Amino acid sequence: MSDSPITHRRFVSYIDRTREYYAAQGYEKPYRWACHSSVPFTRPTKPLSESRVTVVTTASPFKGQKAREGVLRGDKEVWSGETRETPERLYTDDLAWDKESTHTDDVESFVPLGALRAFAEEGRIGSLARRFHGVPTDYSQRRTIERDAPEIVSRCKEDEVDIALLVPL
Amino acid sequence: MSLVARALEESGIPTVVIGSARDIVEECGVPRFLFSDFPLGNPCGKPGDRAMQRQIVGHALDLVESARLPRTTVQTPFVWDETGAWRERYARVDEETIEKLRRAGEARRAEQERARSAGQG
Repeated sequence: MSDSPITHRRFVSYIDRTREYYAAQGYEKPYRWACHSSVPFTRPTKPLSESRVTVVTTASPFKGQKAREGVLRGDKEVWSGETRETPERLYTDDLAWDKESTHTDDVESFVPLGALRAFAEEGRIGSLARRFHGVPTDYSQRRTIERDAPEIVSRCKEDEVDIALLVPL
Repeated sequence: MSLVARALEESGIPTVVIGSARDIVEECGVPRFLFSDFPLGNPCGKPGDRAMQRQIVGHALDLVESARLPRTTVQTPFVWDETGAWRERYARVDEETIEKLRRAGEARRAEQERARSAGQG
C-alpha cells in the first residue's frame, strides 16, 4: 500500500490553474506556454571543484518607488548584481508566486548566494562568479528568446561562467 | 526562465533550473530540473532555513554532474507542511472568489480601453 492513495495528480498544474484563473476573469484566449520536443544538453567540461558558478533570478532590484513603477509598467530589462553580498531584499511583487502561503523577505530562499559562497570557501565549487543576473518574466516568449536570453548568455560568457543555476520564483 | 536555460545550454554553458512549477518547466523542456514541491516563491528552501537552502543548492550542483540526458528532473525530499493546504490556494477559483474575479477582469479591460482611447486622442 502507498502512504495515502490518490485519485488526482498531487502536483499543482500551474498551466491549468492559470488558464482557469484568467478564464474566470473573462479572458477567453488562454496563454500559450512554451513547449519543445527537443532539449539542448551540454555536459560540464570541468569538475565542480574547478567550476565558476552563477545564479539567474526572475526578481528585480529594489530601487525605490520609481523603479517599482517601471517594473509594473513592464519596462523591465536584464540586470546584474555583485555576488559578494546577498541583497537585503529584491522586488518580487510583480511576479506570480503564492503570496498567501509564503513570503520573499529572505532573499536566500530564491537567490542562494550565501550557500554558494560557503560552497566556494569549502572548495565544493571552484568559485562564485563576480556577478549574478536577473531576467524579466516576459509575457512575450519572443522578447525572452531574442532579447533577454542572448543578453544573459553574453554576460555569463563575459564572466567566464561554467555553470548557471536558474531560479524562477 | 526555462527559455534562458535552453539558450545557455545551446551556447555551451550547463544549467540547472531550481523551481516549483513542475508542469511549466517540464513542458518547456530543460536539461536539468531540481524540483521542490513547495508553493511558488522559495524554490531554494523555506525562508530562514539555511540548512534546507544549503541542501537544495547542493542537490542542484550534484544534478549538474550526475545528469546524463536532457529532461532530467530530480525531486528534493522536502515537504512544505503536513497539511498540503497550500496546494489549493494559488490562483484559486471557487464560489467565494469567482464573482470578484469576474469584476476584476471587467475593471481591468475597462481601464485598458480608457488607456487606449487616451493614447489615440
